[in-house]
Amino acid sequence: MKTVAIILRRELASYFATPIAYVVLVIFLLLANLFAFSFGALFERGQADLTPFFQFLPWLYLFLIPAVSMRLWAEERRNGSIELLLTQPITLWQAVLGKFFAAWAFVGLALALTFPIWITVNYLGNPDNGAILAAYVGSLFVAGGFLAVGSFTSSLTRNQLIAFLLAMLVCFVLLIAGFPAGTDWFQTWAPQWFVQGVASLSFLTHFENTIKGVLDLRDVLYYSLVAIFFLLASTVVLDARKSK
Amino acid sequence: MIKTQNLTKNYDGLLAVDDLTFSVEPGEVLGFLGPNGAGKSTTMRMLAGFITPTSGTGSICGHDISSDALAAKRELGYLPEGAPHYGEMTVGGFLDFIADLRGLEGAHRKSRLDYVLGRLQLEPVVAQTIDTLSKGFKRRVGLAQAIVHDPKVLILDEPTDGLDPLQKHEVRTLISEIAREKTIVISTHILEEVDAVCTRAIIVARGKLVADDTPAGLKARAPSGRLEDVFRSVAA
Repeated sequence: MKTVAIILRRELASYFATPIAYVVLVIFLLLANLFAFSFGALFERGQADLTPFFQFLPWLYLFLIPAVSMRLWAEERRNGSIELLLTQPITLWQAVLGKFFAAWAFVGLALALTFPIWITVNYLGNPDNGAILAAYVGSLFVAGGFLAVGSFTSSLTRNQLIAFLLAMLVCFVLLIAGFPAGTDWFQTWAPQWFVQGVASLSFLTHFENTIKGVLDLRDVLYYSLVAIFFLLASTVVLDARKSK
Repeated sequence: MIKTQNLTKNYDGLLAVDDLTFSVEPGEVLGFLGPNGAGKSTTMRMLAGFITPTSGTGSICGHDISSDALAAKRELGYLPEGAPHYGEMTVGGFLDFIADLRGLEGAHRKSRLDYVLGRLQLEPVVAQTIDTLSKGFKRRVGLAQAIVHDPKVLILDEPTDGLDPLQKHEVRTLISEIAREKTIVISTHILEEVDAVCTRAIIVARGKLVADDTPAGLKARAPSGRLEDVFRSVAA
């Protein structure tokens, strides 16, 4: 556990060693506010809640998450520091976890920095802050699932742009699997149980509950399982290909 | 000490390391020689636990490099080829990170960090980010991370590459100085280095061991008595 914390600390600090982290944060916050206030009509709908913000959040993740996760392993491979890291007395799993938690902490910070939207609705009305907190926690878990996908795609390549695009693609598929556009296509040829199976694999289906402020244990379990699966996959890939 | 038994690495049909068996005892400084692509780095990477052997085994201080990898890595200081580093970190921050991973604590930690910073003359750049350093400094940062935990076994892949003659001399002096109670393997293609620091040398070519002797013994193999001629005849 201590080793994971050491790797986490180094990794998190390295985010802020370059301007990229700040650029990503600023773009994310600009878009989050733009979506919530303009497209989401946060004011006009006359309800004191954060639904417009959370509705757009998974789509914002499609940009934010790959941008945060793309460097996790691709950069280590490119500059060869992966050899330095993995010849220290640590296990591959500790390294994968340490990096993942650093990325997760970074996204947690990005989410926390959306607090002005929360302050706004509290100033204007009396929202259900318990539901909002639940939605934030749920959003953090969704981010965890996506970041694990990003860790996996970053472990596949030494090119950060490829890692970014692949993560975006996989997250997009995970997101829309339960969307009408996605399920309709399956419905044309696949049996009903298959369509429902695919739909239940969708982040969006699970996120519907989360937005409403219902933090169902099954949804949290689903996000966690996705995260664990892709982190294990990262480990397998790195073990087989770390020197390439 | 280091032991390998029939160590082999096969990269999809390319035999990088072919049935290598050797051992290195404490007090020895083994020069690992061979032309580029002979399998020197691959062997070192296997011993350091970075890549997995296709077959055969190796051990560091009795700990198997595959089945007991963590214990093996704990005994080892390793400088990878090209001395990779985290460019955005400061020298001090980087060495702190390595000391953390190596579990160094308290007064011992401080004295080890002070020692490597002083011995490798890194004090003036301790607050500088590694990216801004010259090649020679970067190499010395790599050496510092390899010896900071005072390991029993040192594997250094081209430790003097990119250093100027003065720095080369410094690093060789350092190696000789710590060699007494340690097991050291250095790869190099600078043959004069073998004379300067190694007590023994092995030459590999196309993944196979082709010579294993003291520098004097190797030289005696050529009529000219020059290491270069021996190298050329066995490695060709």
